[in-house]
Amino acid sequence: MEKQNAEQRSVRQAPPGEPDLTFWERTYVPEVLRGLKITAAHFFRNLVIHIFHLVGLWKDRRGGETIQYPEEVRGYSPRLRSLHRLTRREDGSPRCVACMMCETICPARCIYIVAAEHPDPNIEKYPERFDIDLGKCVFCGYCVEVCPEDAIRMDTHILDFSAYSREEMIYDKERLLSHEPRRADGIGVIRKVKRCT
Amino acid sequence: MIADLGIAAVKVGFSLFVLLNFVMLLTWAERKQSALMQDRIGANRASIFGLTLMGLFHPLADAIKMITKEDFIPAGANRAIHTLAPFVALFFALISFAIIPFGDQVRIGDKLVVLQVFDLHVGILYVFAAMSMGVYGFVMAGWASNNSFSLMGSLRASSQMLSYEITIGATVVGLIMVFQTASLQQIVQQQGQLLFGFLPAWGIFFQPLGFILFATAAMAETKRAPFDLPEGESEIIGYFTEYSGMKFGMFFMTDFVETVVMAGLVATLFFGGWQFPYLARGGFHFPWGASIPLPELAVGILQVLTFLAKLAFFCWFFLLVRWTLPRFRYDQLIRLGWQFMLPLSVLNILATGAVILLLQQ
Repeated sequence: MEKQNAEQRSVRQAPPGEPDLTFWERTYVPEVLRGLKITAAHFFRNLVIHIFHLVGLWKDRRGGETIQYPEEVRGYSPRLRSLHRLTRREDGSPRCVACMMCETICPARCIYIVAAEHPDPNIEKYPERFDIDLGKCVFCGYCVEVCPEDAIRMDTHILDFSAYSREEMIYDKERLLSHEPRRADGIGVIRKVKRCT
Repeated sequence: MIADLGIAAVKVGFSLFVLLNFVMLLTWAERKQSALMQDRIGANRASIFGLTLMGLFHPLADAIKMITKEDFIPAGANRAIHTLAPFVALFFALISFAIIPFGDQVRIGDKLVVLQVFDLHVGILYVFAAMSMGVYGFVMAGWASNNSFSLMGSLRASSQMLSYEITIGATVVGLIMVFQTASLQQIVQQQGQLLFGFLPAWGIFFQPLGFILFATAAMAETKRAPFDLPEGESEIIGYFTEYSGMKFGMFFMTDFVETVVMAGLVATLFFGGWQFPYLARGGFHFPWGASIPLPELAVGILQVLTFLAKLAFFCWFFLLVRWTLPRFRYDQLIRLGWQFMLPLSVLNILATGAVILLLQQ
């Protein structure tokens, strides 16, 4: 029994499906060198690319996977639900008819609409106020799906909005109307953004 | 007399300047090199007036942060020893660089100046003595912190360093047998000769196994990955857990200073120190007969630059290893030291002795 245990301890078994280590692999040194070769190859490849970048060449190759977020933004999926916007009619007025569908379905109750009579008799109502409290919004997208007029969309691809107070997180009608749609850049395509800090 | 003192001061100043700048640049290089190896960008945000210089201001920002942070001493800690420990650790790491020659003798006026802070005949033993004394710094740090985990960390540090110091010492014996001297300056001078008429007589050609053993043990001495069990900043608690501010910074610096010292030792012992292949007094003498005459000062400067380049290369190499290999388990570490490297280094001594005996007959 004891002998068997000693035998089991002395023979190192490789995990199932993998061949046993050869003598050279067990000496550790060649395998270490093999590992160093891989990391050194990455080092020199990226170093050369960065040096070429410094003199203005090879700009289409990236010397690292890092996306430097505030300055670089990666293209999102077109399905992504991002910051809301209100769409407009051809004459520029909001498409919204203040039917209250979105306010009703909103599970977070973050939409607040005040309806008013529209001067055009063909259009019954228009929103006098249309506020979304983004501090409450859960980005479920029900408001977009339920809208019969295609008046609200979540295709701005803006994700980084923040404020110093809860009041500032409430976006009003003008602000929501001012958001621009963002056509998909293609998923993963990196776009440089100029920001004033 | 005064001229001698001035020369000595300049040599000490140059040596410390090189060492501390290498340490500062290593903190930068560690970030950037690891980033490049892992396809990242690395630290590049610290800027002065919009100038980032590829993150070169980060060491500066680190220094400001370290110095202005609160210096915390835990309750129940031994204040005196707790404060003394980082100084001991850093001091012995710094002085061990003094023995490494960074150039040949240069004639200035009528004086012959050896480009080395001081040339001891026991040279290499002095480095080991300094390194062993440095262990006291780590032991004191763990012991004076009034924290059992720190104490365990310092125990790991001391047993690891003691284990690998034996291997380093035994490896160097082979080298001393080859060069018949322990003075580093003389070892480097002998490496200027040629082997078979064309190969520079660098230590690695005499002691290839010795080089592998020495480099491995040197990495273990610097307490950096894959031998960073004494510290293990994020997972296993190390001996400097209870340190903050610049005292922590000094322990951090100690690691980098030791890396530079070990890089210098590897370059000096195994790669010809300041010797540039075929460059001797008077200029280049190529084995095929051609020669380029150079003035003495140019040769001296070229040799110092050669040493600095070798130093930089081995710092790079140690960082490469540090960012490639995962950490050992503690029993693996001790087993590697005692059961694998120590017998091999003793075997190395025996083989070297046998070859020297054969060549003499």
